[in-house]
Amino acid sequence: MTKYFSREHEWIEIQDNNEALIGITSYAIEQLGDVVFIEFPSPGTEISAGKECAVIESVKAASELYAPMSGKVLEKNVALEDSPATVNKDNSVWFLKVQLSSPKEVTALMDEKTYQSYITSLET
Amino acid sequence: MRYLPLQKKDRQRMLQDIGIESEKDLFAHLPKEARDKAIFNLPSHKSEWEVEKFMQELSTQNLTAANAPFFLGAGAYRHHIPASVDHIIQRGEFLTSYTPYQPEISQGTLQYLFEFQTQVAMLTGMEVANASLYDGATATVEAVLMATRITGRSKVLLSGHLHPQYIQVIKTYASMMNLTIEVLPPVLDSKGTEAIIERIDPSIACVVTQCPGFLGHVYDYIPIIKASHEHGALHIGVITEIIALGLLYPPGNNGADIVVAEGQSIGNSLNYGGPYLGLFATRDAYKRSMPGRLVGESIDVDDKRGFIMTLVAREQHIRRAKATSNICTNSGLCSLAFTMHMTLLGGTGLNKLAKLNHAKTCQLAQKFKNSKINIEILPQHYFNEFVIKLPFSAQQAVDTLLEKNILAGVPVSRLYPGQPNLENLLLVACTELTSEQDMNILVAALEGDF
Amino acid sequence: MKPDTFTKNAGLLLEEPLIFEKGSLNASGVDMPEPPKVDSSLGGFARKDAPELPGLSEPESVRHFTRLSQKNFGIDTGMFPLGSCTMKHNPRLNEKIARLPGFSQAHPLQPVSSVQGSLGVLWHITEWLKDLTGMAAVDLTPAAGAHGELCGLFLIKEAFKARGELKQRTTILIPDSAHGTNPATAAQCGFQIKSIPSADNGLLDVDALRAATDHTTAGLMLTNPNTCGLFERDTLEIANILHSNGAYYYCDGANFNALLGQVKPGDLGVDVMHINLHKTFSTPHGGGGPGSGPVVMIEELAPFAPLPFVKKAKDGTFSLVEENPSSLGRIKGFHGQVGMFIRALSYMLSYGIDGLTQVSSDAVLNATYIQHHLKDILGLFSTEPCMHEVLFDDGALRKDGLETLDLAKILEDEGFHPMTTYFPLVVRGAMLIEPTETESKEQLDQFINTIKYWMERTKTEEMKERFKKAPLYTPRRRFNEAATARNPKLRWYKK
Repeated sequence: MTKYFSREHEWIEIQDNNEALIGITSYAIEQLGDVVFIEFPSPGTEISAGKECAVIESVKAASELYAPMSGKVLEKNVALEDSPATVNKDNSVWFLKVQLSSPKEVTALMDEKTYQSYITSLET
Repeated sequence: MRYLPLQKKDRQRMLQDIGIESEKDLFAHLPKEARDKAIFNLPSHKSEWEVEKFMQELSTQNLTAANAPFFLGAGAYRHHIPASVDHIIQRGEFLTSYTPYQPEISQGTLQYLFEFQTQVAMLTGMEVANASLYDGATATVEAVLMATRITGRSKVLLSGHLHPQYIQVIKTYASMMNLTIEVLPPVLDSKGTEAIIERIDPSIACVVTQCPGFLGHVYDYIPIIKASHEHGALHIGVITEIIALGLLYPPGNNGADIVVAEGQSIGNSLNYGGPYLGLFATRDAYKRSMPGRLVGESIDVDDKRGFIMTLVAREQHIRRAKATSNICTNSGLCSLAFTMHMTLLGGTGLNKLAKLNHAKTCQLAQKFKNSKINIEILPQHYFNEFVIKLPFSAQQAVDTLLEKNILAGVPVSRLYPGQPNLENLLLVACTELTSEQDMNILVAALEGDF
Repeated sequence: MKPDTFTKNAGLLLEEPLIFEKGSLNASGVDMPEPPKVDSSLGGFARKDAPELPGLSEPESVRHFTRLSQKNFGIDTGMFPLGSCTMKHNPRLNEKIARLPGFSQAHPLQPVSSVQGSLGVLWHITEWLKDLTGMAAVDLTPAAGAHGELCGLFLIKEAFKARGELKQRTTILIPDSAHGTNPATAAQCGFQIKSIPSADNGLLDVDALRAATDHTTAGLMLTNPNTCGLFERDTLEIANILHSNGAYYYCDGANFNALLGQVKPGDLGVDVMHINLHKTFSTPHGGGGPGSGPVVMIEELAPFAPLPFVKKAKDGTFSLVEENPSSLGRIKGFHGQVGMFIRALSYMLSYGIDGLTQVSSDAVLNATYIQHHLKDILGLFSTEPCMHEVLFDDGALRKDGLETLDLAKILEDEGFHPMTTYFPLVVRGAMLIEPTETESKEQLDQFINTIKYWMERTKTEEMKERFKKAPLYTPRRRFNEAATARNPKLRWYKK
């Protein structure tokens, strides 16, 4: 399964039936520091590309999770509610499972290679 | 200048070091036209004793509870404050410290705030409490705003038992924040409950009740809580006289979702209206929606228990535009006074103090009932305050009694202006400090001149 | 460090459990007479048992809180250069005066003829604030700075309502260097927030402001001197941009202490401003409150001011205005933080206008002196002249693998309260130092030399480790904040 990346450092992994998993990249995790709480949207919520869909709280900051693509929330990762620290240990952990409504939006996202050069450009 | 350590030679040496000519040059980059216009018509400095004399003279122009029979309440109560409480809050390490952002050197403030939060939670029958808000009125507004955030609804129902100034403050905020407020009229008997229940529907974010009510009524508000929950609304229980919880079960025990209170009565003076102490407690499930500071237990690198400010991502300095409230300050020192006084009292002492307050009030009620003029006590059940109906204007009575150095109570019309049916109503309160002699003076004076 | 003692005490550093772990449910430190024998009127409402709260006798209680106090750092303890917070000496005279029974025992709803002294305090402080700020009117009711901001934006909303422009004026402009309370307040009032960037020198980018201001702008919230400790030189031009678009100029007066007696905000184009009495006029911070945030305003906004306010009659008597049809209403119970007005008035009278002018001058001189001596040691943020506080970035620390937090914690070991760290957000690893006017030259020199000492010792691995371990000598050391926030324990529970 291919991952695509947004400029706000979310990744999205598109699966069968236009279902997708959303998470955040190592770069975002490093910026955030120790994650202490995640405020999820409830399943059924419509999310739209580029708009805020969850809040990730660390000790000293609260950052929005922006939906990389539009769709409907199917599931939130309940395990993260109990142990948000998992985010700091494992960057492949997903936050939301969504049913995509406009699969074409993927063209606005970056592939892994483009994303890598994007973050390199941010660091210089 | 007694508060300024720098002397003339220090200033000269420092200016030389920096490389500028004069002190005025420090401000040379401010607009010249503004600097030229800065002419003041204010006196110059004074010695400590001159200031003391001036302020002392001002203070003696007041007639207060310190030197007159005194029966005022209505949201601010005169109770005794143990001498040790005032001693502790004047310790420089408390008085001159800041918000405990550096926990390693702020454990004093952090531990007493943790103790304060626990005391408030236990007292109100709730799971969590914050480190205090400005006062009872603004704490009630914050509770209303929190309920609208949690429910996603914008309509708020206020009981007629709620303090009229609290209602006014909620109305001001509501008009600025596009909330709809429905207020029931002031309740002179215990019939308000059905009226409020009739108005609860699924559009209501929260129902706010106060018990004891503003006019002193103690009543059963549990049916209101049940009706609120049936329609998915939150219930906010308000207390303006916190001593009442020594003798009444708190709203938390009765199912309230948020309890707010004015905490002035424990440890804090009347101070002509402020600073006071807003208490705010809620259910554990709502802790992340709370306004204001929260202190939590933690462990340091040496594995020692200590306390830190926590869940800070809710607050304005982190969350900025998305904070749960714009509040930054709490009522730190007032909450310390509360905690110290509450520690001295303990639950047993608070219970005894409440019984004493209540007994004094019943004693005054008895004297009113035995009076040769017709004084009607409106509430059937009350704690340390009740509204009476006089056979004449309450405002006139208060003015006439003031000439005899008696502070008789609060005319209800002062808080509900423009309602002639309330003209003869007087709100009177007793505390542990009200003597029987004071009661006799009040009753005799009311009987005397009308 | 863990002491090797049986009690875990270390000399004067005494461990102290929670009151819940030492008090018994029946003890009490308050003696009371027996209540008169009367029938209760509570009927079935009276609770059957006493609330469950522990009590302590007076000696136990005094010792408990005294021990806690010894774990706290205050201005009385040492230098407290916390930028933007103005931790200056709190004169004890003010405490004494606030406790005069004539003041402290006055009830807010007494007849006004019986509280002429308290009303006199309200009137005097109003007159002082009017003259010091050059503004037409004062509202005393806000309980703190953030509450003052709310009051200010309420006033602006009310003015637009009266002008019939409420729907159109949707946006508040806020510089990216602002206090968090500014955007929080604006959002609470339902405004959209447009962030205005700072220019490289730390001042508001006036061209960006001009481009952002139009007929939808309700106002600008600007701190002056700003949160970088710099005076916004273009204040008159800023006012002009706002006013020509029909918008208001709100000044966050958190840093008014730097302007006392030098200029009046009314002459800087400001329309409305809050003042933190607990900063500028030294009413104590008390571990985070109570504060007091009176709002000064131009004549045009005065009719909308929240209730109540004090009025002086020709015969010299004072009255309290509690009704006014054009007012936006009440924003707090009773009449504001009167106890704080008493302390602030006593402070003003003590200094007089000559003293207050010296206050701002010494505050700026002390900050400038620190700037001068540390500018080559820490990374100076801007070459603009600083006002009462000076801002550095973490460049000098970062090149050796250290951060702002490490220097702050070392200062705790040295017996200083750290400076403000990581604020304002526009500077990486910000360190904002505000010495205030109540520090002596000797004290400033010691502070400067302490920072120099440690900045000369950032290179070796051993010393870096020392930084990372700091603080070592404080009642507690660094905490695990993440674990606490993940699983917050906000109160004590019976085991």
